[in-house]
Amino acid sequence: MIEVQNLTKYYKDFCAVDNISMTIRKGEILGLLGPNGAGKTTTLRMLTGYFRPSSGSITIKDYVMPEDNLKIKSLIGYLPESAPLYHNMLVYDYLEYVAKLKGIDDKEARYDRFLQLSDLCGLSAIMAKPIADLSKGLKQRVGLAHAMMTDPEILILDEPTSGLDPNQIAEIRNIIKTIGKEKTIIFSTHILSEAEATCDRIAIINNGRVVADDTTANLKQNAGRSSFIRLAIQGAQKNDVVDLLSGISEKLDISQVSENEKHILSFEIRCSDNTDFRSQIYLKIKETDWIIVEFQKESQALEKIFRELTREEK
Amino acid sequence: MKQITTIAIKEFKDYFISPIAYIVISLFLIVTGWFFFSTFFIFGRADLRDFFSLLPITFSFIIPAVTMRLFSEEKNVGSYETLLTMPVSFTDIALGKFFAATLFSLSLLVPTLSYPLFIAFIGDLDPGPVIGGYIGAVFLAGAYSSIGLFASSLTRNQIISFIIGCAMCFTLTILDKLLFFMPEKIIGIVNYVGSNSHFLNIAKGVIDSRDILYFVSVIFIFVFSTYLVMHEKN
Repeated sequence: MIEVQNLTKYYKDFCAVDNISMTIRKGEILGLLGPNGAGKTTTLRMLTGYFRPSSGSITIKDYVMPEDNLKIKSLIGYLPESAPLYHNMLVYDYLEYVAKLKGIDDKEARYDRFLQLSDLCGLSAIMAKPIADLSKGLKQRVGLAHAMMTDPEILILDEPTSGLDPNQIAEIRNIIKTIGKEKTIIFSTHILSEAEATCDRIAIINNGRVVADDTTANLKQNAGRSSFIRLAIQGAQKNDVVDLLSGISEKLDISQVSENEKHILSFEIRCSDNTDFRSQIYLKIKETDWIIVEFQKESQALEKIFRELTREEK
Repeated sequence: MKQITTIAIKEFKDYFISPIAYIVISLFLIVTGWFFFSTFFIFGRADLRDFFSLLPITFSFIIPAVTMRLFSEEKNVGSYETLLTMPVSFTDIALGKFFAATLFSLSLLVPTLSYPLFIAFIGDLDPGPVIGGYIGAVFLAGAYSSIGLFASSLTRNQIISFIIGCAMCFTLTILDKLLFFMPEKIIGIVNYVGSNSHFLNIAKGVIDSRDILYFVSVIFIFVFSTYLVMHEKN
């Protein structure tokens, strides 16, 4: 669907995107992860034809940039970072303007599409409001409606959830998931849990280079060792717990994290290989009169990979 | 073509949504009205010659104020990115914005149509120069709008684009008054480049293809330069 080869972008002497190559298949939700200034936005801007690459090629379907730029632009729906819109227009007027520019000429067809979009993005209450009066989350939704106007095959969203409150983030994520069932979606974010929850595939970018590119499941599996068990116990002495747990297996590495005022001890238990010791731990503790307050396996997979791959070399 | 109309209509409406349109129109009417009527009854001539001879100067300040937001505002807000990633070509955008600005500059002139009506009522008005004057004003507005458009495409700061636009329009306007300082060899060229003499020719009621060609060339050069700037900056 989308073929990117040796894509490079220089701003004067600064190399923002350095030789990126990737293939994005139809129907995939790709998350672009990376620290601030890694080159995510620049990459997306080149994909949408807003920036010209310094070198490299982009092929979408059978169209090549920049010759078929207009054709490619009509295949893509794009939501730029922080959804820049015309502030003095009403939402309805804005959508009508966009629909006309995107070539929906028939009045009826336009109206039908507005109804669908306002359902999907929850715009019906704000149709007659000036865009300047909308909150950030609402602007983001208008931007999303803009991007999806012609029901494009490819959606490119640049940090669609940045600056939103948790409710709004959940809403936008739901929208992405709903439309992602039949569309190809590329979106950038620096929130790891978001990428984990919504993407089929994750590409991590650092300093303009792709440092990891794999399915979400594979990435997590490769970093499996970073999972640990969080255990909190009431009514026990620290040494007793450590003795008891180390009796289970030599592979366990137990570290105490904290003890709070109610004498609840928290531990993180790691295992040198990937065996799950939860049942043994539970059975052991059952023999005592300690109370388990918290007992949970946690995975830091993505976070760990992300930090390792994007740490600044000093 | 359809895209051009859509953009032009949107931009034209934009002027009237915000207070800009009303402020600029009032300012224009006050300035032209004052300079024209302050001497009108002293001379006691039933014509609009003074009004039209002042028009290039007033236009070279008013029109850049009209055009300064065309690109600068979009670049500043970021909506330029949204616009460029829609399936529209650079030419559509440049032409759409150019037509909107020209149309708005012409709508400045609509209230001034009351001047000839008023004069015809109290005196014997020769319609030829008046019609010529308004035709000249259309070309002048087009040429200065294209210059303002170009100035706006250069920067994201509206004030800078206003100043650049003013400087360019004003220079073109007063060029034929600077001939005195020019070496003899280039006087002909400089005189042709200045806009004032071309406008005044048409305003006299003499519609010469050379003058029309001049304005069309100015419009073409600056709309095309705008296109080149857009191309270069992305």
